[in-house]
Amino acid sequence: MTPSTGGQTTGLFDDLRDLYQEVILDHGRKPRNFRRLEDATATARGDNPMCGDRIELFVALAPDGNIADAAFQGRGCAISTASASLMTETVKGKTAAQAKALGATFRELAMTGTCPDCGAELADEMERLAPLSGVHEFPSRVKCATLAWHTLNAALDGTKEASSE
Amino acid sequence: MDSIAPVAFDVARIRQDFPILSQPQARGRPLVFLDSGASAQKPRVVIDAMVRCMETAYANVHRGAYRLSELATDAYEAARGATARFINAADVREIVFTKNSTEAMNLVAHCWGRGVMQPGQAVVISELEHHANIVPWQMLRDDKGNELRVCRVNDSGELDMDDLERHLADGKVGLVAIAHMSNVLGTVTPVERIVAMAHAHGARVLLDGSQAAVHRRVDVQAIGCDFYCFTGHKLYGPTGIGVLWARLEHLDRMPPFLGGGDMIASVTFEHSTWAPSPGKFEAGTPAIIEAVGLHAAIDYVTAIGMDAIEAHERTLVDHATARLARVEGLTLLGHAQDRGGVFAFALDAAHPHDLATLLDRAGIAVRAGRHCAEPLHARFGLEGGTTRASFGLYTTTDEIDLLAQALAEAREFFR
Ligand SMILES: Cc1ncc(COP(=O)(O)O)c(C=O)c1O
Repeated sequence: MTPSTGGQTTGLFDDLRDLYQEVILDHGRKPRNFRRLEDATATARGDNPMCGDRIELFVALAPDGNIADAAFQGRGCAISTASASLMTETVKGKTAAQAKALGATFRELAMTGTCPDCGAELADEMERLAPLSGVHEFPSRVKCATLAWHTLNAALDGTKEASSE
Repeated sequence: MDSIAPVAFDVARIRQDFPILSQPQARGRPLVFLDSGASAQKPRVVIDAMVRCMETAYANVHRGAYRLSELATDAYEAARGATARFINAADVREIVFTKNSTEAMNLVAHCWGRGVMQPGQAVVISELEHHANIVPWQMLRDDKGNELRVCRVNDSGELDMDDLERHLADGKVGLVAIAHMSNVLGTVTPVERIVAMAHAHGARVLLDGSQAAVHRRVDVQAIGCDFYCFTGHKLYGPTGIGVLWARLEHLDRMPPFLGGGDMIASVTFEHSTWAPSPGKFEAGTPAIIEAVGLHAAIDYVTAIGMDAIEAHERTLVDHATARLARVEGLTLLGHAQDRGGVFAFALDAAHPHDLATLLDRAGIAVRAGRHCAEPLHARFGLEGGTTRASFGLYTTTDEIDLLAQALAEAREFFR
């Protein structure tokens, strides 16, 4: 997206650019991996009954235990869509255990805005997810950002359903 | 109050009655509160009445033979009387205080649905109902087998009266339970016609007045319905109190709701007998302070005049209809001829939840989601929800302009 007037409009919502960073607007509008995975080995559905957000997550685990592919479908706000989109990109190539660890760290980032325990091992991934850290200032929106990750846990644990309520 | 000539409706003056409207908000913006349909703000007189009750006249009701308890009992029963006059009930014993309108509808589903209706009788609701007027009837169906029929709503958001006639035609319907005003579409339903049709087929009528009672004068005898309910917190009163009105002859046929103190005539371990209505339905210590608050709220809106409130709202509705139509990319849900100040809409570029976050930044409080009307959103293909602006008697046309401007700017933000 190109800034509407080269910058210096004092828009009503300028201070929300921290929450809605370009990356998020972009992934919200054009989510990556937004499709069904026919060869998924694990799937789960995530619901946020409060706002009606819903995602269906597909994960294909390779024989070596790594996540070979991840994709999703569903409906949701810019934040939940962008979060799911970024998640499917970041977990590819990870083991299930790594993906869950990443999810736990991400949830902390979303709730507190920082991630003191981000080990060097996850630093690159967390940097990709960092644009979502702005939600911590919006308690009612934290669930939007974490829905995809709850759903990933449900898929990997075989519980099939997650709710962010 | 009716004999007093109505003074001109002065919204600036009215706004001064609501302390919250002058509370400074984040970044110094004034509060633009457009979520009164979910719960309304409280005027000073309601706040003061409740405080005064606790400071000067508080004790449990119907129990103590001492002065304070008598004062509290009088205040509680005076609230019942004011409520009866507010909706023109024929008898004060027809007013049952509940926790909210949800409880009132559950009470009818429980005591009338299970206690008086026959299992072979059906219940008709409509597509525009709030979950509070859907789920209790589903529970009744699953429990006792009473069929649940759903009357269609047309694309304008009005009840399909031919469909209602079809549902009633076989004479098996025991109860028609319909909202007097939709909390999403703003539609005001033709309640007199509904009652005439239902009664002609031997069905009783419950009206969910949670929204309507706030916006216009309600006369249950003129409407002719059998049950009517509303909720205190939307009527500028406190939370924790709602109202069920039912014809005395119905209440007398209904078994009690909850068991406990206050609802009995006598109790032995073998057998208990019930207090007469409305006590039979008010087990336990009631919401005493809240009843006092509701009384103050009723006095407040009555002094302003329900007709004046309705006229003010018509101005707001006309203004919003014209102004929102000019916001590019905005689709309004519901275009009923007869409607109140509730506008749900979808904006092409922004999800309702994102939009609510943006509007909040502009100091504008709106609600995003499905507003406890999931089937209605499905009916209009908006499973993801809508954003809703709903008006109160303190809402101004300036606030609607601010909303429209903010919506246009939000659209640019997301495009
Ligand atoms: C039409 C309608 N019915 C029922 C309710 C339920 O009201 P309460 O939550 O006070 O029981 C509401 C409000 O939420 C409503 O708008």
